[in-house]
Amino acid sequence: MGAFLLRRIVNYLVLITLATCLGYLLAASSLSPREYFAQRQPPPPVASVNATLNQLNLNDKTPLEDRFAHWAKGVVTGDLGKTIDDTSVSAEMGRRMGVTLRLVLFGTISGALVGVALGFVSAIRQYRPSDHTITFLSFLVLSTPVFLLAVLLKIGTVKINQAAGTTLLPYTNETTAGLTGGWFRHLVDRGQHLVVPTLSLMLGQAALFSRYQRSAMLDVLGADYIRTARATGMRRGPALVKHGLRTALIPMATLFAYQMGMLLTGVTFTEKIFGWHGMGEWFVDSIGRQDVNAVAAMVLFTAVLILIAGLLSDIAHALLDPRVRD
Amino acid sequence: MTAEGLVLAEEETAMTAPEPVALGRGRIVLRRFLRRKLAVTGLVILVLMFALAFIGPYLTSWNYKDQDYNNFLTGPSATHWFGTTQIGSDVYAQTMRGLQKSLIIGLLAAVLSTGLAGIVGATAGYFGGWTDRVLMWFVDLLLVLPSFLILAITSPLFHGRTWLLFVILLAAFNWMVTARMVRGLARSLREREFVTAAEVMGVHPLRIITRHLLPNMASLLIIDATLNVGGTIIAETSLSYFGFGVQPPDVSLGTIIADGTDSALNYPWLFYPAGILLILTVMAVAFVGDGLRDAMDDAAGTAASTSTSGGAA
Repeated sequence: MGAFLLRRIVNYLVLITLATCLGYLLAASSLSPREYFAQRQPPPPVASVNATLNQLNLNDKTPLEDRFAHWAKGVVTGDLGKTIDDTSVSAEMGRRMGVTLRLVLFGTISGALVGVALGFVSAIRQYRPSDHTITFLSFLVLSTPVFLLAVLLKIGTVKINQAAGTTLLPYTNETTAGLTGGWFRHLVDRGQHLVVPTLSLMLGQAALFSRYQRSAMLDVLGADYIRTARATGMRRGPALVKHGLRTALIPMATLFAYQMGMLLTGVTFTEKIFGWHGMGEWFVDSIGRQDVNAVAAMVLFTAVLILIAGLLSDIAHALLDPRVRD
Repeated sequence: MTAEGLVLAEEETAMTAPEPVALGRGRIVLRRFLRRKLAVTGLVILVLMFALAFIGPYLTSWNYKDQDYNNFLTGPSATHWFGTTQIGSDVYAQTMRGLQKSLIIGLLAAVLSTGLAGIVGATAGYFGGWTDRVLMWFVDLLLVLPSFLILAITSPLFHGRTWLLFVILLAAFNWMVTARMVRGLARSLREREFVTAAEVMGVHPLRIITRHLLPNMASLLIIDATLNVGGTIIAETSLSYFGFGVQPPDVSLGTIIADGTDSALNYPWLFYPAGILLILTVMAVAFVGDGLRDAMDDAAGTAASTSTSGGAA
């Protein structure tokens, strides 16, 4: 298994490098930092714009390969360059990464768990009302883009808060500004703020997982080994969970890796709509500011997360299915 | 069922039995499809959406670019069916225009993307070796970079240009998952007798791909293109939501929803018509795609089981 994982890791590292380079080259050739400065009022003299651009390694008069080489040399030493406002990209990324990771972590885990459970129930109660309800709801959620889902959740939360007469569930920012009290009060406050944004990511995940889990489970239900397990006197529930679910979970490991990209796209909308200052919000704002280095940093972040998800899914796959290990 | 009913049913089968009608594959698929209520509902909704998008704009005297300087932010009324916006635009006219734009972009991008996936996947699967490795590496690379990121980064390139460029880019970064499926299918089709026969007769490889491999994957490609319509509509509206997609003065469902987001609570007419139409459209596409998959998969299954009796696995 060690050799298997090592091979995957090397493959992933090469992919991360290529993806980030591609991201930088795309950003450097499509964004125009010069415009960002030229639009200022009053317009700064060309010479000073050039000087600033040169200092930030953003001058479009410098050949692309030179800019790329300069940027790549920095990245190798852990320096992701400067933002367009002359602050450190790495420092900004360090501040924002945690925010996004929190959303992604809670969103994926809760989404996958709920989805697998729903799919399992849906499959063993095939064509019953509960199956139809779950299927319909998952179709509904999957047909709703994240931005629409997030806005609808926000409206729903406002309505709930109005009905309750107090802010039961806060829905903007990560914490309440100027909150006093002990660390426990702060923790609860952060937890409360996390609920609605996480829900906007989790629902889509759960819907997707439940669809796949349902069909994987249906394939397994008629299998011989389930019948054998039942023949040994095992009751239906334990037989389905112990022997059925384990096999049916294998395709979910692959799905987990594939959906990470979708989730990281979704997180951009969640952050923008709920006012969280994470990587997604930064990415969208950076494109508006023509900030090449910040955009490249987001590409790096995304590629790393997707490949970590891929690696985790490889490990889960190997644990669930012994045939993969050799 | 009562005994009488059983007898009747038996009589019916007995009566139809003498002349078995040989149905074409298209008819079988159609019959199977029509038997699925959800799929038919989806199709009806989709047809209605297209009708609404292309006939709807002519039902009102307002154009989506017009501004009514007497009505700012007024609710639905006889003159403005869905109300007006902050600058006096007619929400109905805008929503119809947005629906039209989103539907066209989604449809075109989905067909283009599936076509591209078919060509790349079949080429990689048929030739194998280095072609396969290079193409699949490229697919892997693009899977690591979500298409949303790439499209958002490259969005300044198509600002001020035709929206068709946006469609092409949307398709250009959407084909990877399908290409992998097509590749797998092409690899197994490559071993079949009819491909070997064509090779022996000296048919050009490109001709084998277009005449022998792709037609044999038609059902997969049709289903994929249908399901892709939903995906590309979501991608387009998402990008447009941030201003990375359809550019003003033109509108799409995404830009309308983005404009209405902040006022959704107090001025619901700015937000809900576009939102509901968007969800309905994507859901209808999903139902049609699912129905097609069920209808075609069965038909493909029976066809395959009769023709591969002696074939290589």
